[in-house]
Amino acid sequence: MATLELSGVRKSFGAVEVIHGMDLQVNDGELIVFVGPSGCGKSTMLRMIAGLEKVTAGEISIGGKRVDHLPPAHRGIAMVFQSYALYPHKNVRGNLGFALKHAGVPQSEIAQRVDAAAEILELAPLMDRKPRELSGGQRQRVAIGRAIVREPDVFLFDEPLSNLDAALRVHMRVEILKLHQRLGSTMVYVTHDQVEAMTLANRIVVFREGQVEQVGTPLELYRNPVNKFVAGFIGSPAMNFLQADCDGSSVQIAGVPVCDSISAPGKLQLGIRPEHLTLSSDGALKGTVSVFEHLGGESFVHLVLPDQQTLVAKLDGEYSFAPGQECTLAINPAHCHVFDMQGDRTSLS
Amino acid sequence: MLIRERISSTGIHAVLIAYSLLALFPLVLIVINSLKSKKAIFRDPVGLPVGDAFSWKGYASVLTNSDFPLYFGNSLIVTCVSLFLILLFGAMASHALSEYRFPGDTFLGLYLILGIMVPIRLGTVALLQLIVDLNLANTLTALILVYTAQGLPIAIFIFTEFLKSVSREIKDSARIDGLSEYRIFFEVVVPLVRPVIATVAVFSMIPIWNDLWFPLILSPGEETRTVTLGVQQFIGQYTVNWGAVLASLSVAILPVLIMYVIFSKQLIRGITSGAVKG
Repeated sequence: MATLELSGVRKSFGAVEVIHGMDLQVNDGELIVFVGPSGCGKSTMLRMIAGLEKVTAGEISIGGKRVDHLPPAHRGIAMVFQSYALYPHKNVRGNLGFALKHAGVPQSEIAQRVDAAAEILELAPLMDRKPRELSGGQRQRVAIGRAIVREPDVFLFDEPLSNLDAALRVHMRVEILKLHQRLGSTMVYVTHDQVEAMTLANRIVVFREGQVEQVGTPLELYRNPVNKFVAGFIGSPAMNFLQADCDGSSVQIAGVPVCDSISAPGKLQLGIRPEHLTLSSDGALKGTVSVFEHLGGESFVHLVLPDQQTLVAKLDGEYSFAPGQECTLAINPAHCHVFDMQGDRTSLS
Repeated sequence: MLIRERISSTGIHAVLIAYSLLALFPLVLIVINSLKSKKAIFRDPVGLPVGDAFSWKGYASVLTNSDFPLYFGNSLIVTCVSLFLILLFGAMASHALSEYRFPGDTFLGLYLILGIMVPIRLGTVALLQLIVDLNLANTLTALILVYTAQGLPIAIFIFTEFLKSVSREIKDSARIDGLSEYRIFFEVVVPLVRPVIATVAVFSMIPIWNDLWFPLILSPGEETRTVTLGVQQFIGQYTVNWGAVLASLSVAILPVLIMYVIFSKQLIRGITSGAVKG
């Protein structure tokens, strides 16, 4: 249980700087998610917190104590890896107790802590098995158990669910959420999956090319993304971006006003989420259906506008369209996001 | 299609069986002739040791009239100690080369592997001078040092390739668990590459056990002879005690055979791992 502070953290590999100065304050008991496309530096940042990579500049503190010069074992952290990283030649019990055995913890206490972790993760029937005799989900539970046993100040998760199949991933996501509620520990979780980020996080940190684009609660990022990158990254299906014009008082698409704006006249990009588009015969967006996907409870309409711009709308499952059919959608002005041509957010009215 | 497959499978097996027979023939010849009397060996070299031909004399003279047990012991000591040193230093060097980035690492890797291309026998004169200067002539230590040097390049070459395949995350995980770099090597990496260790052990052992050159030059003394050198005492200028020569060679095959049987399962896994999904 501790806070985690990063201040001015930089990382270079040779002449290439991959983290360009990062400041972040993680509160005690918070589950913070680093999200971003691959190669954005989020895993490198996590490895620096863990002590597996050296910090080029800046400071890392855990629980108010500076740790960036300490070896990983003395930082009070535990890490769960994407590939589980279990010791293949040790059984589950051996894997769980390995770190404690090395730290010289008495046998009786090791047994007690291992059993407690096994109980939390329902590993008790598997204790004598070797990792190769376990399924992917079970292996990941052992990997998480190995972290719990160490009773760390901060848990670090490096894309722990990426190797699991889709159904198991949803299940393990809920397990991790339950674990966080139960232990109340500070956790840092790295993923490239925005659904994991949205469902797990107290706060999300969006990375791009070694820089933090935005930090905020999932809903803040969803409702008020600071730029086009964050807007496009959060939400599924991704936000639609349409070329629009501004005449100083309203934003227009192909001459039809869709929302008010006080931006200077000129070209703009209008962002609108698929779920905020509705079917309406007098809507602003008239187009031709190119693809229609039906998911049962909901459906996605892919539309091509007369000026060849494309967009996706999320509709109720009751609708049905055929490719080539005409479709008219209305935009709710309250849910419009307006970005300038550089992709930065501009304020609405 | 089925018939064609069967024909091609029969063909492959015929070739393999023929090769096996060819490879085994000299060995079988040694073993059966070691159990025959000297006359029988010359009368019918490929005959089986039955009836008159059968004789324990070869084995008897090897085990009683010579220092064969001493030579056997010398060979075992030299081979085991060299093997231990080759495996230890080879694996450690390869771990360092595959795990850590440091200035000159590529150069150092190439330098260590270069030994494969330079036959160590080319340096015999210099080695002899060195061993004499070190007062190590006629000692087993001299042989152990030379064999360790001889075995390291190929061991490092094989180990480096396999150690690169050890998951980085497991090593990182061990670091977070608080293990020192040495303990990571011995407690995490070594258990993971056991098949490779077996492979390198067998590959390194055979040339050491069979070597005649260096024992002849560096340690020809009565007390430090190895089996291959010791056999020479039965080969006189005018007479050759063939029964004894063949008997000692038969006995000398045993350790290699035993080692192969022990490691064969791991050995095959070592050779094929990476080629097939394990």
